[in-house]
Amino acid sequence: MTDVLERPAPAEGHGHEAHGPTGILKWLTTTDHKVIGLSYTVTAVVMMVIGGAFAEIIRAQLASPNGTLVSLAQYNELFTMHGSVMIYLFAGPFAFGALANIIVPIQIGAPDMAFPRLNALSYWLYLTGSITMLSGFFVAGGAANFGWVAYAPLSSSVATPGSGADLWIGGLLLTGFSAIFTGVNLCATVFYLRAPGMTMFRMPIFTWNLLVTAILILLAFPVLTAGLIMLYADRHFGTHIFSVAGGGVPVLWQNIFWFWGHPEVYILALPFFGMVTEIIAVFSRKPVFGYKGMIFATLTIGALSLGVWAHHMFTTGTVLLPFFSIMSLLIAVPTGIKMFNWIGTMWRGQIWFSTAMLMAIGFLITFLVGGITGIYLASPPLDFFTHDTYFVVAHFHSVVMALVLGAMGGLYYWGPKITGYMLNERIGKAQFWFLFIGTQVFTLPMYLLGLRGMPRRMAIYPQHPSWQYLNDWATVGAIMIGVSTILFIVNIVYSWKRYPAGDNPWDGHTLEWFTTSPPPHHNFYRLPPIRSERPTWDYNHPEHRALEHGHGTPAADGSAR
Amino acid sequence: MEPSALPPQGGPERPRRRGRLRTLLILPLAALALAGCTVPRFGASPGATTSSKSVFHLWQGFSIGAAIIGTLVVVLIAWSVLFHRRRSEAIPRQTQYHIPLELTYTIVPILIVLGLFAATMVVENREVANPKTNVVIDVNAFQWGWKFTYPGHNVVVVGQTTQDPTMVMPVDQNVRIDLTSSDVVHGFYVHAFNFSRYALPGVLNQFTLRATSTGLFNGQCTQLCGLYHSLMFFRVRVVSAGQYQSWLASQANATAAQAAQSATSQQISSIVPTKQTKG
Repeated sequence: MTDVLERPAPAEGHGHEAHGPTGILKWLTTTDHKVIGLSYTVTAVVMMVIGGAFAEIIRAQLASPNGTLVSLAQYNELFTMHGSVMIYLFAGPFAFGALANIIVPIQIGAPDMAFPRLNALSYWLYLTGSITMLSGFFVAGGAANFGWVAYAPLSSSVATPGSGADLWIGGLLLTGFSAIFTGVNLCATVFYLRAPGMTMFRMPIFTWNLLVTAILILLAFPVLTAGLIMLYADRHFGTHIFSVAGGGVPVLWQNIFWFWGHPEVYILALPFFGMVTEIIAVFSRKPVFGYKGMIFATLTIGALSLGVWAHHMFTTGTVLLPFFSIMSLLIAVPTGIKMFNWIGTMWRGQIWFSTAMLMAIGFLITFLVGGITGIYLASPPLDFFTHDTYFVVAHFHSVVMALVLGAMGGLYYWGPKITGYMLNERIGKAQFWFLFIGTQVFTLPMYLLGLRGMPRRMAIYPQHPSWQYLNDWATVGAIMIGVSTILFIVNIVYSWKRYPAGDNPWDGHTLEWFTTSPPPHHNFYRLPPIRSERPTWDYNHPEHRALEHGHGTPAADGSAR
Repeated sequence: MEPSALPPQGGPERPRRRGRLRTLLILPLAALALAGCTVPRFGASPGATTSSKSVFHLWQGFSIGAAIIGTLVVVLIAWSVLFHRRRSEAIPRQTQYHIPLELTYTIVPILIVLGLFAATMVVENREVANPKTNVVIDVNAFQWGWKFTYPGHNVVVVGQTTQDPTMVMPVDQNVRIDLTSSDVVHGFYVHAFNFSRYALPGVLNQFTLRATSTGLFNGQCTQLCGLYHSLMFFRVRVVSAGQYQSWLASQANATAAQAAQSATSQQISSIVPTKQTKG
C-alpha cells in the first residue's frame, strides 16, 4: 500500500515531454497509449460515419419495394461493407482499442501499456487493414459482396472471383492481428502494471471487463485468422478446405467463423458494459451495486460465450440443438444479473442526468430489447421461424445500437479527461434524443417485418408491397440516427476548446479522475492511497465509503475489505 | 462430416423415457393452445402446419415471459429515473451489496431459463422428428432457383428468378423434404410454415412437413446466395390427397414429353447444375 500523496509534482520539463518530435512526426512515432488511443478513437468514429453512410443508402433503397437507387450488385456490396465496417472497423477497435487504450492504464495507476511499441503496431495494423478493406470499392468488380460472414462456398473464387473479396480477407487479417496484439497488451498491462494497492478486486469494472475481453480476443481471434488463411488458400492456392468438389466441407467455415463470431459479440459488448457501469455509478453517486457479482457475471459471460457459436447455425441441421440452446439461454442469467446490478446502482441514488448518463440509460432500455429478443433466438424452433429474417436483423441492431449509445456515453464521460474540455450538454442531449428515439423507430418495425416474413439482404421486394409501410418507418429511424451523428460532429466543432473541464468534473470514482485533464506524459504526478475500487472517491469523500454487505456499517479501513 | 457418407440430418436420436416430464410440460402449452384465441399473437401467426402451430404457441409462451420480465425491468429503471433524480448535494447511502437480493436475481432467472428450455425441447423434438412416410419431395436449391423432384413419379418442377416454381404437396399427410444445394448455401423458408432450413452443398437435410390446410403459400431463399438472392422465390401449393395424385399423373406425362425434347433444351441443363452427392 503506497501513499505517495505528498510527493511534489515533478519539476517542469518532465522527462520525455520536453524534447522529442512534435506535430505530425510526434503522432507518427508516438508510443504514448493516450495518443494511440486517441488515434484509435478518431479512426473508429470515422469508420462509424462511413458505415453509417452505407446504412443510410441501404435504408433509402428499401424505402420503396422497387428501389432503384442502387443495383442488386451494389446493394450486396453495400450491406457487406456496412456490416464489415461496423463490426470489424468500428465497434471492435472502438471497444478495445480506443477508450480502453486510454483509460485502462490510468484506471490501474500505470504509466503506459505494458508494450508501448506493440500498441503502436496495433494501431498502424488497424489503420492499414481498414484502408485495405475499404479499397475494395476501387477495384474492378467492386468490394466484397458475400455478406460480413462470408459463408463458404459463396466466398469461393468460383462464386466471388473479384479482388475486392481478397482485399476484404487481407484487411480482416490485418485488423485481426491488431486485435490480438491489443489483447496481449491489455492482459500484460492488467496483470503486471497495477499500482501498489490495486488488487484484482479493487480494479474498476471497466478494467475488469477489458481484461475478460482481452482473454476472449486471445481465444477467438486466432481461430478467425486461421480460417481466413484457409479461405485465401482455397481461393488462390488450389486447396479444397471449404469446397465439396475437392472433398471439403463448406459448413466448416461457419463453425470456424462463429467460433470467433460469438465470442466477438461479447468482445464488442463487454467494454461497453464496463463504460456504462462506470457512468451509472458516478452519476448516481453510489458504488457499483454487487461489484463482485458483476465481475463473476462478466467471467461467466466470457466462459459461456465460447460454447454457444452454433446457435448461429441451428438451421444448418448439422449441430446438436439442445446443447447450444441451453448454453445460449444460460447467457441470459449473467446478463440479467448485470441489468439488475445497474438498476441497483441507480436505486436510491442521486442521479445526475448528464448526457453521458442519458446515453447509459438509453443503453439499458435498448439493450433490454436486444437481450430479450436474443432469448427467443436461443430456442431452435423459434430460430427456425425467424432465422435470416428481419427479426434477427432487428435483434442485433438493438444490441449494437445499445453499444453505440454506450460508446457515446463513454465519449461524453471520458472526453473531458482525454482533451481537457467538455462537450456542450444542450447539443449532447439533443443528440441523445435523436439517437435513442431513432434507434427504436429504426428497430421496432424491423422486428415486425421479420415476423411478416421479410428475409434479410433483399435489395427489392416487389412481391410484397405491404412491407413498404414498416420499411419506411425503419428508414425514418435511420435518418434520425444520422441526424444524431451530425449533431455529435457539430458538438465537437462548436465546443472546441470552449469549456475547460478541470480534473474531476463528474466527482468520479476511479484513478483517472485523480490526475490532470489531460493526464501528463506518464499519467500521474501522484497517486492517492488505493484501498477500494473507488480510490478517488475515497480520497474526496473519506466519510462516505461503501457499506459492507448492506449492513450500514462503513468499512473501517481498507484492510477490512 | 464427409460428403461421401451423408447421415440424415434430422436431429439427434433421443431416448423416449420422458413421458412424465413431457405431459407435465405439455399441460401448460395445451392450456395455452386452448386459450389461443384470447392470448395475444405477439406478431406471429399459427401458420399452416402442425409444427407451425406448436412453434406459434412456443412463441406466445416466450412472449408472455418476455412481456412480464421486460415490463418489470422497465418499471424499475423508470422508477429510479423518476424518483431518484438528484435533488440536493447530499450523498446517498453507499449501499454496495445485498446478498439475498443478488442471489434471488441469480436463481430465479436460472429457473425461468430451465422452463424455457424444457418448453423448447418439447416443441423441438416434435419438429425435428422424421416419422416414416411415403410422400417424399427432393428439393434442390441452386443459383437462383429451385428444383422439386418427386421420386418414383417421374415429376420434376424447375423454376428460377423470373418464373417461380411451385411445390405441390398433399394436406394432412407427412411430407418428407430431402433438401440439398447444388452450389452455395441457400435457405428454404416458407413463412406460413414458421420454418426454415439451410440447403447446404454436400449435406442432405431432411425434415417433415404436415400441412393442416390447403392453399398457396410463398416461399423464398433466406440465405444470401449471390446476385439474384432477392428474386429466388418459390410457392407451395397444399392440395387434397386426390388432387395431389391427379396432379402427379398429369405432371408425369408433361415431364415425359419434356424429356423427349430435352436434347434441344440446352438452356435448362446449362442453368440447372446436375444434382451432386445424395446419401
